[in-house]
Amino acid sequence: MAEEVLAPLAGKVLSVAVEVGATVEEDDEVLVLEAMKMETVVYAPCDGEVTAIKVEPGDQVEEDDPLVTIE
Amino acid sequence: MAFLDQLGILSVTWGSVVMWLIALTLIYLAISKEYEPLLLLPIGFGILVANLPLTGLMTPGEGLIWRFYHYGVEWEVIPPLIFLGLGAHTDFGPLLSQPRLIFLGAAAQGGVYVTFFAAHAFGFTLQEAATIGIIGGADGPTTIFLAAQLAPQLLGACAVAAYSYMALVPIIQPPIMRLLTTKKERAIKMTKSRKVTAREKLIFPLAATMVIVLLVPASAPLIAMFMLGNLFRESKVVERLTDTTQNALMNIVTIFLGLSVGATMSAANFLRTDVLFIFALGLVAFAVSTASGLLLAKLMNLFTKDKINPLVGAAGVSAVPMAARVVHKVGAEANKKNYLLMFAMGPNLAGVIGTVIAAGIFLTMLE
Repeated sequence: MAEEVLAPLAGKVLSVAVEVGATVEEDDEVLVLEAMKMETVVYAPCDGEVTAIKVEPGDQVEEDDPLVTIE
Repeated sequence: MAFLDQLGILSVTWGSVVMWLIALTLIYLAISKEYEPLLLLPIGFGILVANLPLTGLMTPGEGLIWRFYHYGVEWEVIPPLIFLGLGAHTDFGPLLSQPRLIFLGAAAQGGVYVTFFAAHAFGFTLQEAATIGIIGGADGPTTIFLAAQLAPQLLGACAVAAYSYMALVPIIQPPIMRLLTTKKERAIKMTKSRKVTAREKLIFPLAATMVIVLLVPASAPLIAMFMLGNLFRESKVVERLTDTTQNALMNIVTIFLGLSVGATMSAANFLRTDVLFIFALGLVAFAVSTASGLLLAKLMNLFTKDKINPLVGAAGVSAVPMAARVVHKVGAEANKKNYLLMFAMGPNLAGVIGTVIAAGIFLTMLE
């Protein structure tokens, strides 16, 4: 089952900690967003394999934009 | 001999030396620790030069910085211009998406009123007490605006207290937040906010101006400029004006505000026991405001199905966006997948408006 990691808030993508094909466990760091001059870490919602990364560092994202797909 | 009389160094007093040390401390904090550097740096320098003897910089009618102070602050020009810039910076989306959180911004003015009565009981006049109480809103320009009209002799001390407590939000608030909430409450995840349309954001500054100014006309200078700046932003047709108010104009007035506020702090004005009281009472005001926001959020939870994370109540003080950031961090300690930042921005923005309204009420009653 594929699960999309959605942006919890609007901001700028600072760094992406995973690669396509990587295995992640729930609560692993997936990427870091910057909103209101503060870094916010986004964690994996479930165990699985990263099948797609939809953003890269520097991208501006809105709330609920898909960031990464985990299967 | 005449030359010797004009030599500043012979007129140095102990008071001025103490003020130099205070000035240098503020300058140090601004540069090394980056505590509100945009304000504390010019304030610190203002204090330093105002306490060098025989300069005449603050001589009424003549001095250079006195002119900045008189035409900028006493004439109430600069604080409203700061609000114009703040309005152009502010996205009211988080407030509009969760209108019920506005009450938390109102509750967090509790400290303002509690301290007003406390300061009066300690022997300050009503006007001075109001100026000290408003520190609890943790809003620099509003404090300066009110002080200039009600208690100009306290302006420097109150402004420095307000800006210091704004910088100290991350130290003062978390212990109060942990004390008044359980870990389970701090971990509450809030339901998604609804999306706010561009039309709502456009109507808000117009509607808010009319409602607030009709109710509390004395708040008009700050509210009108705040909402005008926001209207520039949300109209999306005057990018140039938005950009100027957000950046160039804001920076220009910040320089003159900081320098003049600092220069009001002469040794005679500042080295008094009153000032210690002001700092202590200001801290009480700020703590009570934090607590009343938290407690109202807990109270609201007794009646609502959609639970509010009580931490967002602490963001009802108007230190934007520091208070919201602190809420976010403390919330993430309890539950690392909890993102409270945007929820906290709602009460935070309501807090700014709430503090301005509180100042307007004081002006109406006391001027």
